[in-house]
Amino acid sequence: MTDEAQAFLSVRDLKVHFPTDDGLVRAVDGLSFELSRGRTLGIVGESGSGKSVTSLAVMGLHGVGQYGRGRARISGEIRLAGQELTTAAPDEVRRLRGREMAMIFQDPLSSLHPYYTVGAQISEAYRVHHPVGKAAARARAVELLGRVGIPRPDRRFDDHPHQFSGGMRQRVMIAMALVNNPDLLIADEPTTALDVTVQAQILDLIRDLQREFGSAVIVITHDLGVVAELADDILVMYAGRCVERGPAERVFRAPQHPYTWGLLGSMPRLDRERGARLTPVRGAPPSLINVPSGCAFHPRCPYAELTAGASRTAVPELREVARRHFAACHLPVADRDRIWEAGR
Amino acid sequence: MSPRSTRLTLAAGSAVALAALLGTAACSGGSGSSGGGTAAGFNAAATGVVHPSTAKGGTLRFTAAQDFDSLDPQRGYYGFMWDFARYYTRQLITYDTKPGNASLRLVPDLATSLAQVTDGGRTYTYHLRSGATWEDGSPVTAQDVKYGIERTWAQDVITGGPIWLMQNLDDGQKYPGPYKDPSSDKLGLKSIDTPDSQTVVFHLAKPNGDFEQMLALPEGSPVKRSKDTGAKYGLRPFSDGPYKFLTYQPNKTLVLVRNDRWHKSSDPIRPALPDRIEVTYGSNADDLDSKMLGGDADLDLNQTGLQQAARVKVLRDPRLKASTDDPTTGYIRYVSLVPAIKPLDNIHCRRAVIYAADHKALQTARGGPVAGGDIGTNMLPDGVKGADVKYDPFGQTSNGGAPDLARARSELQQCGKPNGFSTTIAVRNNKPAEVASAVALQASLKAVGINTQIDQYDGAQTPNIIGVPNVVHKKGYGLIIMGWGPDFYTGQGFLQPLVDGRFILPNGNNNYSEINDPTINGEFDQAIATTDADKAGQLYSDINHRVMEDAYYLPIVYDKALLWRSDRLTNAYIATSYSGKYDFVSLGVAGAK
Amino acid sequence: MSAYLLRRLAAVVVMLLVVTLVTFGIFFLVPKLTGGDPAALFAGRQADPAAIAGIRKKLGLDAPVIVQYARFIWGLVAGRDYADGADVTHCAAPCFGYSFKTEQPVWPLLTDRFPVTFSLAIGACVLWLAVGVATGVLSALRRGSLWDRAAMTAALAGVSLPIYFTGMLALAVFTYKLHWLTVGYVPFTQNPLAWARGLLLPWIVLAFLYAAMYARLTRATMLEILGEDYIRTARAKGLAEPVVIRRHALRAAMTPVLTILGLDLGALVGGAILTETTFSLQGLGQAAVRAISDQDLPVILGVTMVAAFFVIVANLVVDLLYAVVDPRVRLA
Repeated sequence: MTDEAQAFLSVRDLKVHFPTDDGLVRAVDGLSFELSRGRTLGIVGESGSGKSVTSLAVMGLHGVGQYGRGRARISGEIRLAGQELTTAAPDEVRRLRGREMAMIFQDPLSSLHPYYTVGAQISEAYRVHHPVGKAAARARAVELLGRVGIPRPDRRFDDHPHQFSGGMRQRVMIAMALVNNPDLLIADEPTTALDVTVQAQILDLIRDLQREFGSAVIVITHDLGVVAELADDILVMYAGRCVERGPAERVFRAPQHPYTWGLLGSMPRLDRERGARLTPVRGAPPSLINVPSGCAFHPRCPYAELTAGASRTAVPELREVARRHFAACHLPVADRDRIWEAGR
Repeated sequence: MSPRSTRLTLAAGSAVALAALLGTAACSGGSGSSGGGTAAGFNAAATGVVHPSTAKGGTLRFTAAQDFDSLDPQRGYYGFMWDFARYYTRQLITYDTKPGNASLRLVPDLATSLAQVTDGGRTYTYHLRSGATWEDGSPVTAQDVKYGIERTWAQDVITGGPIWLMQNLDDGQKYPGPYKDPSSDKLGLKSIDTPDSQTVVFHLAKPNGDFEQMLALPEGSPVKRSKDTGAKYGLRPFSDGPYKFLTYQPNKTLVLVRNDRWHKSSDPIRPALPDRIEVTYGSNADDLDSKMLGGDADLDLNQTGLQQAARVKVLRDPRLKASTDDPTTGYIRYVSLVPAIKPLDNIHCRRAVIYAADHKALQTARGGPVAGGDIGTNMLPDGVKGADVKYDPFGQTSNGGAPDLARARSELQQCGKPNGFSTTIAVRNNKPAEVASAVALQASLKAVGINTQIDQYDGAQTPNIIGVPNVVHKKGYGLIIMGWGPDFYTGQGFLQPLVDGRFILPNGNNNYSEINDPTINGEFDQAIATTDADKAGQLYSDINHRVMEDAYYLPIVYDKALLWRSDRLTNAYIATSYSGKYDFVSLGVAGAK
Repeated sequence: MSAYLLRRLAAVVVMLLVVTLVTFGIFFLVPKLTGGDPAALFAGRQADPAAIAGIRKKLGLDAPVIVQYARFIWGLVAGRDYADGADVTHCAAPCFGYSFKTEQPVWPLLTDRFPVTFSLAIGACVLWLAVGVATGVLSALRRGSLWDRAAMTAALAGVSLPIYFTGMLALAVFTYKLHWLTVGYVPFTQNPLAWARGLLLPWIVLAFLYAAMYARLTRATMLEILGEDYIRTARAKGLAEPVVIRRHALRAAMTPVLTILGLDLGALVGGAILTETTFSLQGLGQAAVRAISDQDLPVILGVTMVAAFFVIVANLVVDLLYAVVDPRVRLA
């Protein structure tokens, strides 16, 4: 990661809480990270860990359309190119949305409006931020459709989403997100709804485009495999908090948190045989209303006994274990290295 | 009159709730009356003439929930149609334009005088008044009279009307009606002679003292052959009266305007006061009442009486009540006891039913003394020669209409059913007051162990259910609730279809008790044959006594209706001849606009 | 597309045939079961057997039911002749015959009454769509607010109160108390202003009921759609919220509204019986009520066919509109 001064996106102590009838849902509870232009951050975690909530908070989408009850309480700091977003006027954030920061969603079928042609939807995204006529918007949309690899884009412009295949639809989504040349692109589980073969194509496309456009990219996924070759940095989230973050190469080579180990265990690896000793994470993610005391991961952690009870009582702090590599774990560093090495 | 017209009441329940609401609405404006009249007082038109006047002009405005069955003079059978028909039809003789029972007197109309009766009561001769004309100016001739009456014989085209004249003028000729009449002038019926254009001679098969009563019905009206449109004639009858049709669309609109070719000098009956007569049709009876009470209409064409909501309001407000009359309608509401259903074959069991009935409760079920009527005592309505409402063989009005349970039990003893018995009450499902009567009857009979079940049948199918003796037997209908009104005010016109054994029909029967008593049948023959009204009255009185003594009928009420007359009406009076309706033909409007 | 239309139109014809067959069946079978004779109902009080036979002959009820049905269908297609006492009348196609009761030809009766019911339905429809959809959308956007709760309470009242009650209430207040409005039908072509004024009260009463239903439907649909992914996408583009609502949410929300609208409008044109009865409007519904109580078969058949026709056509139109609104729907 770069110095804070250079960071294009800076998130500091972000908290997103939802008051509900059952209690306060702490979806994100004190998250900090930075991201520079041209870099890719992978945010990894199980569903419910707060990754998508984080991305929507960055986009400023929690405030919109949440009428009446259920409105999110957001605190902390989100700076995009130096501008503070959490306290900005909603309309200012709206103007940044789609232009400075864009987003690709998980399910392209449900995320595209079924009644409008893809061309119309892309043009619309362009015309919100550019005072141009229909023809110019169309030309731009066709250009982008071609750029994301849709054959005969001029013809496909007038097709509706249901006339595309899953992979092609996600390309359309990507085209729509890039139409305004955003500096920040957030891809929320961009490949989850797609076939395995198509997944690789889409990931390649995102990587290529990132190089070409030079945007900062956040890829959100539950699958470390997705970000393995894409991300410069990895951020692992658990129960609304960051449990480990660092350069991708470090996190894969010497992961520090037992949860990360578990995620890696659940990662399909071609160089590993079946029946290897590393096992996926047991149990289910915790409730975000009654987060377990101490280390939120301790009920599922096979090594909690080794912390002399600290994991039950104290929330572990993020500590730098190596340059720019942080982890929040009560296990002594020596034990961590031993267990990880033994498991390999 | 056919089974009495009913208004389409959608929600009788809401009516009560709405009464209070309407109370603040309809008449708070204060000017329920427009024009010159003032409210004349409750029942003022039932006893005399309200606002006598000869002033012409204005528009008389009727409201109607139900349309005419037909405006064709030979086809109409509804009571209000007969009342209305005098606007555009004339008869040889008609009812006098006088209030109350004085209206029952027959007077000449097209004819110069009442009939010269010869040949032992078989031949009736009339001479036509000169100056009577059709709306095209042509004179009304004896041939027109004959042709009109002949139409009744075409029973495959001229359907639904009364057939009294046909029954009495059928001499075995098997006349097929004018449409299939081979003669060129279509006047092939032999029992009517027209020796010249001013003379009509009727040859009856047998003497009938009520023949002139039948001729006074619209059935006896002339029809001009060149204007006869067959089955469609009722959509636009050709007028020889003071008014002719401007427009008529069934259930939608009806407007009569003056017939300029009619001359007052030729017509001793019709004052023809308004310039225009309009009927506004509506489907919401409560709304129609509001229109009348609010001064937007003058009277109800159907003459069935105000609905409950308006009735409650009118009876509470003396000022409004002064614009109403509460005449008897000639109708008797009754329970027919069917001897074909055991144990009602036993007279004592029938008498037990009558004694056990709570007459007051039955009257209440009919709507109480104002809307329902007076408790019935026997089967001849007031106005009919020989009627005597004080004749009360079962003491129905004694003890305020309470049941006589002691006598009921003793009758049950004599019937051999000391612990009572079971039977079925048949009632039309579309007449709430009749259903309420059935429930009241059921409750009071239970006190002496007579257990009944109520069978509500489809009221629209009445002639196919209780009108078919086989069905009555099969379903075990021991007690049948019905009502009946006179076609004309004689024993023949009221009582004969109910009690003469020769009127028992396989379909459309009205003699539900299937009374077939040779003495009664014979007395009818005598009464009909005589031209002495008093003698006939004596015979009808006797028949009435026999029917009552044999306990075939339990009279419930002598029906009444609370009628509204707007204060602008002139010459308003109730005519017994038209079954307790205002005599439409005499009405005028004050303050003509 | 045209093949589709042809097929659907053919289905309309078949459906109408079925409807007439069923109506015929009910009319003749029910009296048969109860042992009755329709002709007896048209006889006067003196129900002479000869008179009843005459009526049966005149109404054509003496022929076997199947022959009567064939005659009816033939009359519809090719017209038929009626021997009518004085002369023979030709009834041109589409011949629905003559009313048993009033002797009027049925087809002009239908065409005379249709505009009344149609005016009633259309005016009320415009009103209830405007009020119902607007209320529903506002309620959805302000869910839980005072406005939302007030609107939904009013809607519950609107759905629960019978037309007869609200109609009488409206008449009592606006016609008889305040003398603001009188109800009556004036043809649009004669005087559009009087047309609207004469129907305003029934429109309001009818629209109150339907607007209530549509407000509830719109609110529920809007709430569902506002949670859809493509709404989030639209917001992520940076679209202003009013545009998101109007262009993205409302369009999708109109699909279920359209479906119900087709059915409601079809049924209403078929006969707004209660409203017409309450306000004494001489429309098809009134004709139906009277015809049924009069056992007037030709009129019953005519009204039933018109009603069925409009229900079917309304459904067809809805299906076509569906394809226009939702490109995923293919007409095949």
